[in-house]
Amino acid sequence: MNDPRLDRREALKCLSAWSATAVVWTLSGGVPSALGATGSGPTASAGSGDLTFVQISDTHIGFRRDANPDVVGSLRRAIADIHALPQRPAFVVHTGDVSHLSKPEEFGSARELLAEIKVDRVHTVPGEHDTIDDGVAGYLKFFDHDGKGRAWYSFDQGGAHFVGLTNTLNFKAGTMASLGDEQLAWLKADLSGRARSTPVVVLAHIPMWTIWEPWGWGTSDAAQAMELLRPFGSVTVLNGHIHQVMQKVEGNVSLHTAMSLAYPLPAPGAAGIGEPGPVKVPESELGKLLGTRQVSIVRGKTELAMIDRSLDR
Amino acid sequence: MTTRTFRAVRLAPCVTLCAAALGAMLALSPGRAAEPTTKTVDIAKFAFVPREITVEPGTRLRWTNHDETPHTVTSQDGRKVLASPGMDVGDQYEFVFATEGDFAYFCTVHPMMTGVVHVRKSAGKAS
Repeated sequence: MNDPRLDRREALKCLSAWSATAVVWTLSGGVPSALGATGSGPTASAGSGDLTFVQISDTHIGFRRDANPDVVGSLRRAIADIHALPQRPAFVVHTGDVSHLSKPEEFGSARELLAEIKVDRVHTVPGEHDTIDDGVAGYLKFFDHDGKGRAWYSFDQGGAHFVGLTNTLNFKAGTMASLGDEQLAWLKADLSGRARSTPVVVLAHIPMWTIWEPWGWGTSDAAQAMELLRPFGSVTVLNGHIHQVMQKVEGNVSLHTAMSLAYPLPAPGAAGIGEPGPVKVPESELGKLLGTRQVSIVRGKTELAMIDRSLDR
Repeated sequence: MTTRTFRAVRLAPCVTLCAAALGAMLALSPGRAAEPTTKTVDIAKFAFVPREITVEPGTRLRWTNHDETPHTVTSQDGRKVLASPGMDVGDQYEFVFATEGDFAYFCTVHPMMTGVVHVRKSAGKAS
């Protein structure tokens, strides 16, 4: 890159032009930071040696109601946006609710659509809409990433360690969802022995912090996972589920929710709205509330660079 | 809108019949035993309404999902007495409660949603 100031200006220009659909994450030298989009600190820009990927979420393939009669069209618009990025992302992550009703035909259709994205891989984690009837079994028939017959996994890329978690199982009546002891034990083993300087990026559908408990917008045993993650110098948690961008920073851990590609949901506990059901907005507004996130891990930065872009901007 | 009715049947866990076909079958079966009394619970705005209901043994309870978000009717204990599939908007789930007892259930998709069915012989007199 020539002039970092120019890069930043360019990044901000892109940001203002794109406003809210996708977030681009860049990892450089293993440390994620947001490209101009989030946070109040100086923004970073992705260089050629950085790792950039895209987060999409909550496609709800199979949903056909008024809040968005064409979720396939919305996903295809997001795919076009991803292809238009100046820097080809290394991969795409989908943070859950791939399908609306966990039906095989929905998973099949989603898998075909995601295969249209010109990236090496699409990593997914299941949402609660993907685990309705038979837990994670139906989802795994289409999205068993490591062939181990379970929905959680990890991989290393660009100097960072990526962990995909499943926090839509272990549902107990009257409580928020949880990761469960088996998965927490796996996470502990997965992280043990890794250099604390390794940037960790966690993918999970439901927010890993409690945003609004009456709506189940949180993970009941997230604290136990955070205990395992906190020793690392850079931890970025990418969530979906609430169909809107929110973030929280706790020391070295930053947590971010993303927009949906299906329909908006109300703000947490919004006055006068007693439940987190799909919100019907005027057709001209829908595209401003759906979007993607570009993420980059920039060398020398501890924060990932993110840009949330809406489909309409 | 397509309405699907899921019926809990002892030998086949769940049989899906469209309501129209079900109605036609019933109409064509004049000799069958008297239909159980049917009571209803609505699933609306992420809640079971009423959340608590008391019925006589032999009562058929019918849940109807009015939300655009899928819900389930699932026993809270491991016995899986109530075990609906994911219900889309308009879908119904039915279960005939043969014996007395308390049947706590929840939505596995939204575990904050809970309900309970009390089956009591005195239910009719009490209410």
